[in-house]
Amino acid sequence: MGWMAWTLPTALFFSAIALMLVAMTVWQTVSPGRERKGFLPLATSRGDRLFIGLLASAYVHLLVLALTDWPLWIATAICVAGMAIIMKWG
Amino acid sequence: MKPYNNKAWWLVLPVFVLVAFSAIIPMMTVVNYSVQDIFDPSTRYFVGTEWYREILADPRLHDSLMRQFVYSFCVLAIEVPLGIIVALSMPRRGLGVPVSLILLSLPLLVPWNVVGTIWQIIGREDIGLYGWILNSLGLDYNYASNPRDAWATVLVMDVWHWTSLVALLCYSGLRSIPDVYYQAARIDRASSWAVFRYIQLPKLKNVLLIAVMLRFMDSFMIYTEPFVLTGGGPGTATTFLSQTLTQMALGQFDLGRAAAFSLIYFLIILLVTWVFYTAMTHNDNKG
Repeated sequence: MGWMAWTLPTALFFSAIALMLVAMTVWQTVSPGRERKGFLPLATSRGDRLFIGLLASAYVHLLVLALTDWPLWIATAICVAGMAIIMKWG
Repeated sequence: MKPYNNKAWWLVLPVFVLVAFSAIIPMMTVVNYSVQDIFDPSTRYFVGTEWYREILADPRLHDSLMRQFVYSFCVLAIEVPLGIIVALSMPRRGLGVPVSLILLSLPLLVPWNVVGTIWQIIGREDIGLYGWILNSLGLDYNYASNPRDAWATVLVMDVWHWTSLVALLCYSGLRSIPDVYYQAARIDRASSWAVFRYIQLPKLKNVLLIAVMLRFMDSFMIYTEPFVLTGGGPGTATTFLSQTLTQMALGQFDLGRAAAFSLIYFLIILLVTWVFYTAMTHNDNKG
């Protein structure tokens, strides 16, 4: 695995993504969800909302890096809050 | 009661394994590279988000990105209407059908580097037909020294290569419209424009979305043809994103910066693809 040049932060990042996918699979198996319409302009399933939240988070991080000198944890905190809002009411 | 039978997901497992090896593992490696300064496999230093900050402030990325969007917009603005016109002009029955299908398929069979070489020769003002005609018309055409001519040649080359794809997709869409629609239009004495506007165009919507998506993706990732034709020049006039990325990764062996660049590039493509995919499935759901 040395050729993949792993670092602790990237390993934690991918572990978090993998855990999210496993948790979503378990959630869907235990309590199946259906598409619904929230504040987003289209009907979405839980998986759709997770994808939209992750993609939006990536762009928020890039915007913070490009336009500000803020430490990255502020972007991460905004994204965690945004993800919760999208999953609940999106 | 379970709304779906989830056992079918096991059938996706082989594809998942294939995609893991062809895309996910390489992508994870690129993410790992993007946060490090890599000199060789054993000498690397963690730099955090430094490459991202540098790349996002890099005028080369801004210029390439702008050129790329303008190029993709021009490609779509020319190829989609032209493809529809070609498809509408194609015969519906008789010997003309296979002949026109074969003729339209020919440019699609030519390898990308050969397309670049063909247009490198055709565009020359001394021995190339295109360059000679333009110069004979009094235009001072030289794609090797004039950025405007280089852009025009790269665009004409793309139109020559890929309009067939749009035309073939539209033709297949037109052929799937049942005759009863045309019979009803004839009874109503509908004009050709009305038939196109209210029958053909709505029925082509899904096919056109696929065509637009394919052409956007391909034009946004274009590398070989302009590289062979102009080498990205004159200056950096036709240097698009993929060529800037290649120069960074292979020319300068700046793997960390190139990895951050490719992830930003990937996120742009992912967003646009998702928007198109959502538009298509939303359209399908509405019936």
